Amino acid sequence: MNASTGWPLFEIFIRARAGLDHKHVGSVHAVDARMALEHARDVYTRRLEGVSIWVVRSSDITASDPQDADSLFEPARDKVYRHPTFYDIPEEVKTL
Amino acid sequence: MSQTPATSMAEETAARLDYVLQLADTSLVLGQRLGELLGHAPTIEEDLGMANTSLDLIGQARLLLALASEIEGQDRSEDQLAFLRTESDFRNLVLVEQPNGDFAQIIARQFLLDAYQLTLYEKLQQSSDQRLAAIATKSLKETQYHYRYSGGWLVRLGDGTEESHNRAQRAIEQLWPFTCEMFDEQDSDRLLVRLGIAPPMADIEAGWSALIDEVLREATLERPARVPYRWFGRRGVHSEHLGYLLADMQYLQRTYPDARW
Repeated sequence: MNASTGWPLFEIFIRARAGLDHKHVGSVHAVDARMALEHARDVYTRRLEGVSIWVVRSSDITASDPQDADSLFEPARDKVYRHPTFYDIPEEVKTL
Repeated sequence: MSQTPATSMAEETAARLDYVLQLADTSLVLGQRLGELLGHAPTIEEDLGMANTSLDLIGQARLLLALASEIEGQDRSEDQLAFLRTESDFRNLVLVEQPNGDFAQIIARQFLLDAYQLTLYEKLQQSSDQRLAAIATKSLKETQYHYRYSGGWLVRLGDGTEESHNRAQRAIEQLWPFTCEMFDEQDSDRLLVRLGIAPPMADIEAGWSALIDEVLREATLERPARVPYRWFGRRGVHSEHLGYLLADMQYLQRTYPDARW
């Protein structure tokens, strides 16, 4: 919510070119999704940054809790074998 | 040739110049008005939105003034046309020189003009003047967005709270008398219609009217009765507000002639 207007916050995702993913670029305040699209267009695509816009109400996003970071992400730290570069590729394999 | 009144080349040139200046000045003056809102819009998002629209309009004015400069053929550049002409040389609609007022007035003024430019540019794409047609095609894309933006806001205000509804209705009523001159057809207009350069005013009025009715209905606002009084900005007769606007806009060039950055 914007303190002075009471407008909810929307997160903005922009696709830079056809074939690329939508990337989070920031947020705008707006009364509804239509206005959020217009604001996103005016704020984030002024220099030809995109060909498509997604808007999502910030309150509709469920985020992980930073306090849970240890249990969520730490366990992956010592499992380097999950990276493809961990494995030596036999010379005989040419096209992997 | 015996069917149509003979017109001299000079008459045709004068009519074309006047017409292009009307389009250019209307965009330029509204661009300047919206520029005044920089840093003053209700939210930072609206601030950028207004600035974008302002820059679109000034961009249109530049293209049109460059064309006017060429038609005039007197070596006056687009900058000289913008910054060194006086009030009575300006041909903009009186509507766009009206002060910003409250947000409802800003949106109502924008909407009444956007619907006009949308209809006009759409038809001007078929102009026999290739350059005018090209400018119309480019400007139309910008105007479609302006119309979507101002129309959306008008519906929100009209169909919003009692306060916003009343303000929107009042703004439409205040600005309505200035819309009549949009469709006021002069001899020079009729000449341009005959030459296929400009669309007939009646067509523009019909298109504008349909757009206005559609959005007003959705906004639960009432269309005011037709006001017979005509302003004559397109003939260089302006309200008291234009002089102040030009003083602001032209100050730099008049104080420091040929200043550049």
